[in-house]
Amino acid sequence: MKSNRLQQLFIPVLAVLLGMIAGSIVMLASGYNPIAGFSALVYGAFGDTYYIGETIRQTTPYILTGLAVAFAFRTGLFNIGVEGQLIVGWLAAVWVGVSFDLPKIVHLPLAILAAAAAGALWGLLPGVLKAYLKVHEVIITIMMNYIALHVTNAIIRSVLSDEGFKSDPVKPSASLQSEFFGAITHHSTMHYGIFIAIAAAFIMWFLLERTTKGFELRAVGFNQHASQYAGMNVRANIILAMVISGAFAGVAGAMEGLGTFGNISTKAGFTGLGFDGIAVALIGGNNAFGILLSALLFGALKVGALEMPSSAGVPTELVDIIIALIIFFVASSYMIRWLLSRGQKGAE
Amino acid sequence: MEYVIEMLNIRKVFGAFVANDNITLQVKKGEIHALLGENGAGKSTLMNVLFGLYQPDGGEIRVKGKPVRITDPNVANDLGIGMVHQHFMLVDTFTVTENIILGSEPTRAGTIDIKRAEQEVRELSERYGLAVDPTAKVADISVGMQQRVEILKTLYRGADILIFDEPTAVLTPQEIRELMDIMRTLVREGKSIILITHKLKEIMEVCDRVTIIRRGKGIATLNVAETNPNELAALMVGREVQFTTEKRPAEPGTPVLEIEGLVVKDARGLAAVNGLNLTVHGGEIVGIAGVDGNGQTELIEAITGLIKAESGTIRLNGRDITNLPPRQIIEAGVGHIPQDRHKHGLVLDFPIGENMVLQTYYKPPYSKRGLLNFTAIYEKARQLIREFDVRTPDEYTKARALSGGNQQKAIIGREVDRDPDLLIAAQPTRGLDVGAIEFIHKRLIEQRDRGKAVLLVSFELDEVMNVSDRIAVIYEGKIVAIVDPKATTEQELGLLMAGSKRKEAGVSS
Repeated sequence: MKSNRLQQLFIPVLAVLLGMIAGSIVMLASGYNPIAGFSALVYGAFGDTYYIGETIRQTTPYILTGLAVAFAFRTGLFNIGVEGQLIVGWLAAVWVGVSFDLPKIVHLPLAILAAAAAGALWGLLPGVLKAYLKVHEVIITIMMNYIALHVTNAIIRSVLSDEGFKSDPVKPSASLQSEFFGAITHHSTMHYGIFIAIAAAFIMWFLLERTTKGFELRAVGFNQHASQYAGMNVRANIILAMVISGAFAGVAGAMEGLGTFGNISTKAGFTGLGFDGIAVALIGGNNAFGILLSALLFGALKVGALEMPSSAGVPTELVDIIIALIIFFVASSYMIRWLLSRGQKGAE
Repeated sequence: MEYVIEMLNIRKVFGAFVANDNITLQVKKGEIHALLGENGAGKSTLMNVLFGLYQPDGGEIRVKGKPVRITDPNVANDLGIGMVHQHFMLVDTFTVTENIILGSEPTRAGTIDIKRAEQEVRELSERYGLAVDPTAKVADISVGMQQRVEILKTLYRGADILIFDEPTAVLTPQEIRELMDIMRTLVREGKSIILITHKLKEIMEVCDRVTIIRRGKGIATLNVAETNPNELAALMVGREVQFTTEKRPAEPGTPVLEIEGLVVKDARGLAAVNGLNLTVHGGEIVGIAGVDGNGQTELIEAITGLIKAESGTIRLNGRDITNLPPRQIIEAGVGHIPQDRHKHGLVLDFPIGENMVLQTYYKPPYSKRGLLNFTAIYEKARQLIREFDVRTPDEYTKARALSGGNQQKAIIGREVDRDPDLLIAAQPTRGLDVGAIEFIHKRLIEQRDRGKAVLLVSFELDEVMNVSDRIAVIYEGKIVAIVDPKATTEQELGLLMAGSKRKEAGVSS
């Protein structure tokens, strides 16, 4: 048992190391210095209070999109629509943020709740279609992503701006931006959203593991037949699961709209935060605490990578490959576990 | 006497668990050798070692006197070992011949020589008295015939040693009789048979010798002629076992379940239950006897609300419960031991303790103000685990990790503990060994003696005859006869189950 615990901790670390070795080979083969490259990566993520601030800022939406995907997974659903739910949440948060003049204690929660509600609404439709017509949620959520992207762009142009490409900044009373964090992190864009993300992780754990509703949601996720046999309303639980998942994704959008950017711009394509959320959730084992760690890994890699072209001269295309290799090895920790067990057998 | 198969001191270890602890099995040429053991005793492991699916950690295998290493099933095939699986591995849309030649097709100029194959299959079928039509589609033939196709598959590949894995589980009494004749013919023609089973009656009837294993150890090898069912059961379980559960005469009370004109459609839209009438009183056990697929599953699922009834009424204690949501039916007083414990009975990835409150989790004391009260949940779980002798390391162990018998005991504990007025037990002892069966039968009778109604659905005639106070025979979605278990015979039931009308007027109800 003890050695198992140790192995649980040891395997992700080993996976990151293996990914770095593979990345080194790629860099060497392309004529770059891997030591300089990875030094830049680590420095770019944690080397300075500014970078730490940026890493935490980037981690914030990853935690929430990871939670959104994981919540759906835990209840037996595959929510590919986190991206679209994030975008509508972003829009809703900014819309409320620019439209009202209210005391902060009302305005900020209202803007976040609006984001959650928008994401939830975007999850409701696939949930209803899945529950009543057995339409696969993957198809609907993918399509809902495109609808979200283009509808929000249209609203930004016609309602939130005068045929422009971005909205006004949200009122200070709805902003998550933090002078205090800016001051201690050399003016990084780190904002108060990290507290909301951590609170959301706690909420997900509490909801699933401690509440009566969570018992039902998990039961339906594992075995719909047994849940129906036991008298649970399988349809209602499927819909509720998609709604809650969408709400987490919507709040992720609020982090961008009220925190990082403070406004919303028209987008040519997806943010990628929602899709990365799938990897964050899976690497985090669909568990709230695991997602905090895997979101930090993603945040650090994303932010640290920015430093690699400038200080180690590694081109951005190659940086993407190296980051992908590290994530690949972490995701295939199953393979590492298998190799370890083979090694142990061989040693006997 | 020469041995065709010798498995000497076979040892197989999974982690810290010893599945086979130096078991020796020696099969003589031309005999039917039974391999008898409880669930989890190590029968399957031993046969998987023989069939090349597992590599033994110790011991030696000899085939016809020669030491061999069976590294995969192809090697086993080449050595003349064939397996007739419990779950048929047939392609429904192919013909009998196509299924038999699958994987070793005779070809001529690059195309399958189907005529030659059919001829060969026909010859084999005639030689062993199998009476299989080589050109029939598998989907169109009965389960018993499909099993013969499986037998032909092994014979076509030249098997001399046939392993039958629980072959009678899916058959009607008549089919079982015919299968035994086939096995005798096979042996007469020089084949040897290993019969995996936990049904003592079959061993007594058809086997020459029997090897008993218990908890991974070889206990004894006996000549069947020199033993009896009681001795076999005691050796298998490790203690004395009662076969016929003692019970007082039933004292039926008021009707608890009343079904009138029930029609239920199956997944294909056909009326699987077709105008069924049935009444079950408090204080009696009504057994439903029938061949699988005559509407039993649909009947139970309609009573419990899992599928909708097309027409007809279902009343519980006089109250109409037709097509109510499952939860309301549960709360009205229906308990259900489901046929498929993995699909319906348990959330396998939940701890066994949480499975104990699968229907009651939302009620106090298990839930307070929307939060789960784990103290109360696990207290209840410990109580049921103790009372129903569920063998599990602790109440936090996942249900998946328990053996089938212990999973079943947990479900029965949960259902009985809710104290339902109507307890539906569907195949409650399927796949379980005599010890667990005895326990479960006692519990059903206990419920009856407390004045509850029990509806037992089983494909095992022994079980229906043993436990029930009345037997309702189901055929094509209707109850075609109600008989008194003390006044009927297996033959009569078998005929009724196959759809023949009762001739004599002595219908008891």
